[in-house]
Amino acid sequence: MKKVTFPHLGTSVVVFNDLVRDLGNEPVVPIRPNKKILDLGVQYGPEFACLPFKILLGSYLEAVERGADTVVTSGGSGPCRAGHYGEVAQKIMASAGKELEFIVFDSIYQKPLEFIRKVNRLNSAKLSYWSIVQLVRFYWRKLQALDRLERTSHRMRPRELKRGETTQVFNQSIKWVQESKTMGQIDEAEAAGLKAFDVIAQDPAADVVKVGIVGEIYVVLEPASNLEIEETLGNMGVEVNRSIYLTGWTRENAPGGKKADGFEEAAKPYLPEPIGGHAQESIGHTVMYARDGYDGVIQLAPFTCIPEIVVKTIMPRITREHGIPVLTFFLDEQTGKAGMQTRLEAFIDMLRRKKRTREEATYARVSGD
Amino acid sequence: MAKKTIGIPRAMFYYVYFPAWKTFFERLGFGVVTSPKTTKEILDAGVREALAEACVPVKIYFGHVLALKDKVDYLFVPRIISINGKTIYCPKFLGMADMVKSALPNMPTVLDVTVNKKRNKLSLFRGAMELGRRLGKGPWATFRAFLAGWKVHRKYDRLLKAGYTPDEAMDYMLHGKPLPVKQEEEGGETLRLALLGYPYTTHDSFISVEAIQKLKSLGVKVITAEMVSPSLLKRQAGKLVKGIFWTFSDITSKAAFHFFENAGEVDGIMHLTAFGCGPDFMVDKLMEIEAKKRGGKVPFMTLMIDEHTGEAGMLTRIEAFCEMVRRRKEAAV
Repeated sequence: MKKVTFPHLGTSVVVFNDLVRDLGNEPVVPIRPNKKILDLGVQYGPEFACLPFKILLGSYLEAVERGADTVVTSGGSGPCRAGHYGEVAQKIMASAGKELEFIVFDSIYQKPLEFIRKVNRLNSAKLSYWSIVQLVRFYWRKLQALDRLERTSHRMRPRELKRGETTQVFNQSIKWVQESKTMGQIDEAEAAGLKAFDVIAQDPAADVVKVGIVGEIYVVLEPASNLEIEETLGNMGVEVNRSIYLTGWTRENAPGGKKADGFEEAAKPYLPEPIGGHAQESIGHTVMYARDGYDGVIQLAPFTCIPEIVVKTIMPRITREHGIPVLTFFLDEQTGKAGMQTRLEAFIDMLRRKKRTREEATYARVSGD
Repeated sequence: MAKKTIGIPRAMFYYVYFPAWKTFFERLGFGVVTSPKTTKEILDAGVREALAEACVPVKIYFGHVLALKDKVDYLFVPRIISINGKTIYCPKFLGMADMVKSALPNMPTVLDVTVNKKRNKLSLFRGAMELGRRLGKGPWATFRAFLAGWKVHRKYDRLLKAGYTPDEAMDYMLHGKPLPVKQEEEGGETLRLALLGYPYTTHDSFISVEAIQKLKSLGVKVITAEMVSPSLLKRQAGKLVKGIFWTFSDITSKAAFHFFENAGEVDGIMHLTAFGCGPDFMVDKLMEIEAKKRGGKVPFMTLMIDEHTGEAGMLTRIEAFCEMVRRRKEAAV
């Protein structure tokens, strides 16, 4: 039996775990990235690898200790470096005497036969293709439910009366979704989760500022890599809107998928060509947040990520032309939570003050003072 | 009326395409101005304006743009995505024009034509025609300028393959200086070392702290990645499941694999890399793993440079490496 591990990516872990198991493998569940994993990644990985690479390498190495012999991960065809990560990680591990099988899924468009061959390698239970499609649809629905719950939690957290209640409800609802056995049960779990959010006691007078989050997909999606920035912001009374979710991103990159939400159009005056990673998304979404009346934008990027460096260089112009403040965090293994908290507090204070001045100005205009 | 001028910063693509670009614009009736060689002042100006997290070459590019921008009517910063239809350039090239336009104030008109052969086979030609249009020139004149530039590029490329540095080749082609006598003919060299890296670092004598000149003065024949013929590089294509995405990285890593495989061709390999270079963390690691796999038959060293690299430190590292290689070679004889 194959012992399969995979990248840790936010809430999706519970779903991938079940998928790998249903395909007839023994999942070696990646643990939440922690100090040990990061240390392993830093020790074996090159100095200038980006944080996601160090985390992934570290968590593969950690999974090997627990007996994993296969890694399943995603690929890509550039210009982002992540497309090479599977192969480079494999070479580094082999060089350290740890031979593993890597199954790297690239876009189904480029080499459809190879894609199917890779599915076969993972299909230890010898399921029919039809059952695999059914399985993927089932777990896809779970991912969607999880993303929806997470989005709601971001809206509820800043207005909760008792700190921590939203997080509690969210964790509970993840469990409900994970335990669902049929499509109908997922629907029920999702509905129950949304309802549970609804009954959280709310502070109607809460002075909530709205912040959009843009940046590189891994550090945006994996709370352990961005030091739980969304939860931290929520607890500071900030409503967070995240521009990328796993289901949204996959849909844009899957056959017959719904195309993007217009970020390309919005990014055009600043960055007309895609330059890799999520650069165009970051630019486009920042412009869109500004148009939608958000108070500020936070950009998350791994240190040495070139596409995001380009984005940060362009950001001041967007701030100038659209009047939206942007705060950037370049994350690496040195980033500390306390330092981040301080910068966030200063930023949010500034947003709150700006918002108040704006509201007072509007009030003055309306009342004719 | 004085001729309008077009500025081309002496950085990045300059080392690969400058003669072609210069010919093209001059044939269209423009004056071409380039920034002086990289100096401390240029680097400092770039460091001030560019993002701290960016790699040194980007900072240098910013410095060159600043040195040029008030002297010219147009600034040529093309957005070259892919020129061979297979590999693409590093994201910093793709976003350079947009970075320059957004981050630097009071810029002259930026000519930021896009070339992407992955999307369209005639993209390079179309890009040239678009340039002509934007500069108010007719299609026929543009076409002829394009052909002239193409011819010059072919000649320049041959000189590079023959082992001349970009500076030597450009002095010969553009200023009519004679080509320098090659080292073999002088017969002074005792070692052959490959100095692999991107043209905009290896050939920028300021940021590479004159690595090439230093090696030459130590009696070393220097071979750079541009001197390895494309057909030899092609044979290394199977080394990786997925070829490296970025053009310069692809050439550099294949050249390294070539030298590791044919151990007799060079006595040692040096990888010159800039601090914070995105692609190089992988290229360098792949080289390191390959060197280890081959049992250290070909000595390998990484030379990392940044804006603070000092003359003495660089010289020490180079000398130590040469000394070690020389001793090994003598021991083997």
